[in-house]
Amino acid sequence: MEDERILYRLQACPFCERVVRVLDEHGVDYESRFVEPLHSERDAVRRVSGSRTVPVLVDPETGATLTESENIVEYVEKYYGEGEDPNTDGGGD
Amino acid sequence: MELGFEVTQLPPHDAPEEGEEAPGFTRPLVNDEYWEDAALSDTVPALVVFYPMNGSFPATYIWQEVEERGWDDDGTVVGVTASTPYSHRRFLDERDTDARLFADPSNGVAREWGVAHELDGMTGVEEPRPAVFYVDEGMTVRYAWVADEHPEFPPYDEIDGVVG
Repeated sequence: MEDERILYRLQACPFCERVVRVLDEHGVDYESRFVEPLHSERDAVRRVSGSRTVPVLVDPETGATLTESENIVEYVEKYYGEGEDPNTDGGGD
Repeated sequence: MELGFEVTQLPPHDAPEEGEEAPGFTRPLVNDEYWEDAALSDTVPALVVFYPMNGSFPATYIWQEVEERGWDDDGTVVGVTASTPYSHRRFLDERDTDARLFADPSNGVAREWGVAHELDGMTGVEEPRPAVFYVDEGMTVRYAWVADEHPEFPPYDEIDGVVG
């Protein structure tokens, strides 16, 4: 299960939705983990990224853990963008 | 419980019986930190506890009993009710449990399992009636109990024998 790409996100967070849009545009599969609105209760996020902010993308394909939507968008476009074979497995349901 | 009058009967249910295949479903599964879509087939074997929505006294009583009996100690108890993921997070916060809860605000899972209950006096609100199933790793129902009265609580001692 943990070989899935995981996006830690918060409902209606515009930064998260921006990342979702870019992932979808590039056909990149991911599993969503929704976290608490309350910042102080996001220890699951802190354990993976060192901070409690979302979005966070954990990508086992590259071993990358990314924070900040700007960084994530840049990463997705670079790694899964044009000219690259995204080669995503169709995991998930 | 002797009340000296007749307890309200629930209409017949259409729940899966022992030996039958459990209806599969995917819903957000809430733990004490986050929630994500999960299939029942990925969480079995498990004791599947359908219960009235968070905040009702049967919900509190049922989960107190689950905790006291330690059914949830190894994380193989999952609850299902018509509450939101946010409500489930608060419910878990208030309790000392390793159980995880499926959020099913539409009550579609309870309907699929034949244990839906329309609440009298709360128009448009339905929830599961209390029902407990043990589902094995092959998605076969090995134990089934469904409430026939309103209210009725699971036969905890009998279920001790199933999870023990």
